[in-house]
Formats: sequence, structure tokens, C-alpha cells
Amino acid sequence: MEDMLVVKNVSKKLGDFYLNDVSLSLPKGYIMGYIGKNGAGKTTTINIINHLINPDCGSVTINGISYKDNPVLYKEQIGYVGDESYFPPEFKIKDVKKVLKMFYKSFDEKKFDEIVEREGLSKDKKIKDFSRGMNVKLMFATVLSRETKILILDEATNGLDPIAKDSLMTTLQEYIEDGEKSIFFSTHVVSDLEQIADFVVMIENGKLVINEQKEELLENYLIVKGNESELKGLEGNLLGKKSNDYGFEAMIKADCADEFGNKFIFEKPNIEQIAIHLLRA
Amino acid sequence: MKILISNQSELPIYSQIKEQIKEQILNGNIEEGTILPSIRKLAKEIGVSVITTTRAYNELEKEGFIASMQGKGSVVLSKDNKILKEQYLIRIEEGLENAIQTAKKIGMDYVELEELANKIWKGME
Repeated sequence: MEDMLVVKNVSKKLGDFYLNDVSLSLPKGYIMGYIGKNGAGKTTTINIINHLINPDCGSVTINGISYKDNPVLYKEQIGYVGDESYFPPEFKIKDVKKVLKMFYKSFDEKKFDEIVEREGLSKDKKIKDFSRGMNVKLMFATVLSRETKILILDEATNGLDPIAKDSLMTTLQEYIEDGEKSIFFSTHVVSDLEQIADFVVMIENGKLVINEQKEELLENYLIVKGNESELKGLEGNLLGKKSNDYGFEAMIKADCADEFGNKFIFEKPNIEQIAIHLLRA
Repeated sequence: MKILISNQSELPIYSQIKEQIKEQILNGNIEEGTILPSIRKLAKEIGVSVITTTRAYNELEKEGFIASMQGKGSVVLSKDNKILKEQYLIRIEEGLENAIQTAKKIGMDYVELEELANKIWKGME
């Protein structure tokens, strides 16, 4: 599989925060979910990918091109949507269009108008009077109406209602359908990407703790519940154990389930549970 | 073709997709020669990741139900092909095992069972 995004050994010190040797690669045609608590380093990583800050060391390439190789092309390949509107508050849609026309060769005015129409975005309102949902839709309209190779989404689903989220997921899947483009999707709401992500990367305190295909990740672990007294030497297998007066709950590697036997209850975890147990461990 | 994904199912999503397609091929709802939707289209339609549908198709191919043809997509194979026949055979064996076990429970002997099978067979013709 050809890679769309390659982040290689990227480190960055920012005050107390240290982004520590982050490496990941996202092939063409796939979606990667980037999860982690607020402050774990998601936005720092994205700022480095977007070349808003320089890493202390390491490199980033998009579709084989680094920022140094060709700054204009590098930036044009990226469609970025963040959790805040980046348009001037006094702008109306026609002003946004003017700017896009000026900045991007590949801007497709017809396509932009179509999306604006379809999403029912008001042409008379100023951006500052747009709701959060309308703002997100406008941001997506601007990136989807020009030629990009990768969507970089930083908490873009924040504050969207469930219906808007659902239709956004379909939009994202349409974006990668031809197999030539990719999506890097950062969020702290893990369930948003449970269904459509192909890869899951989790960052904690500036370091990657998960970097796997989602299917494999889900198969690698099991939740185990039972009585402490039955453990008899199996404690070492438990990840992120939590006990109460009546029993315990923890996560184990799926391949050691046989050692536990039938005195315990096993459940398949979702990504959120895997994340919680790994963080606790 | 119908595919319904349940999030409550014990089966992982890729194997739900695989089993449902398999079932429809075996019961004839998806005919041989049918070209299945592309991996990426199916992923988009049912809202699951591309790797999930890829895995389902790969396993269907391994089990001999479909073949991926360059530029054409995945085609449902003929029921006459060897691997598929084996799959049918497994089904038949399972069904017979069930019937024999039940027969033994009520003390039915082999001759009686054979007679019954004969009767049902003829009834279907």
C-alpha cells in the first residue's frame, strides 16, 4: 500500500510538553483515527503536519512531498477542518468564495455552490451568526470544493448533533471511496470513529501508545471480570484492573484467555474501553 | 444482496458481512456470475471501514465463494466449483448428524431413518 501521510520520528518540546518521537503512516485510501485526552499532543502533531510549527527533529511527507520540497503543493494537498471557524466573523459566504478563488487554483466554484445549496447554508447571514453545525458544514464545503489529497480533521465533529455527525461520516467515506485520498481524524470522542476508521493511533503524554489496524486492535484484547480470590497468580496478565467490594474488572490480551478458564466472564471491548484500560495500566 | 450489521452481535463486523453474503450465495439469492459491489462502495454503503469489508471479501475468496477479477471486481463463483462443493458437503453432514442424533434419542433405527429420508426426498421432487 502506498503511503499518503508519513510522520517519522517527530519530536517537539513546547514548554512543559514534550511530543516524544512520534512515527505513523497512513496509506492512500484509508481513514486513521487519532485519539487521546485533551492535552495529550493531538493538536501539536496536527500543527506539525500542517507546518504551522516546526518539529525539533523528524520529518513529515504528504503524498511523498515534504514542505521543503514544495511548500505550495504541500499545503494545497491538505484540507484542514478544526474545531473553530477560521473565517473572519463579518464574512458572508460570497466573501469566503472570493478568498478561495484567490488562493486555490483548483477551487471549483460550481461544486462549492452545490454543497452550500445542499447543506442549506444561508447566503445572507454573517459567519458570526452561524451555528456550530453550519460553521462545520461551511468549512467542509471549502475543503471539498478543491482538489486535496488528505483531510486533516482536528476535533471537527465537536458540538455536532448526531444527525449532522452521521451525514458527515458518509461524506468522509465518499471522500476516500476512489482509493486515492486519505483522512487523518483527531478526536477525543472515540465512538465517532469506531465504525469507519481503518487505523487507530492513540497518544498519551506526547507518546504513541496504540498504533494499529482497528480490526486487529479490537481482536487483541478482552475484558475479564471475576473474583480476586480466583486469580491465583494470574494478576500479571491484567491491564488496568479496577476492583470493588464484589469483584474486579480488567483487560487482558485475548491470547491468554485460555489460562483464565471458566471462572471468569469475558467480553469484547470497544476502542474506548481499550483506551481506558491501557491508560489505567 | 442484503447486509444488516448488528453492533450487539458476538460476531465481529467483517464476519457478519462474510456470513451474510455466504448465506445468500448458498441459498441462491445471489446467483453465480453476480458481480459484488466494490469493497470501497460496500464500506461506504454500510458505514464500516474499508479494511473491514476487505477482510470479509478476502475470506470469501479463500473459501472459494468469490474470485476477484482484475478491473471487474469480485465475481460469485459457480456452485460446481470444488471448494464450494466442500462447503455444501459440510452443511449436509451437519444436517445429517443432527437428524441422526435426534433419531437415536427416540430409539429410531437406521432403517426407519432411511425410510423417512426417502419419503422426504420424494416429497420434494
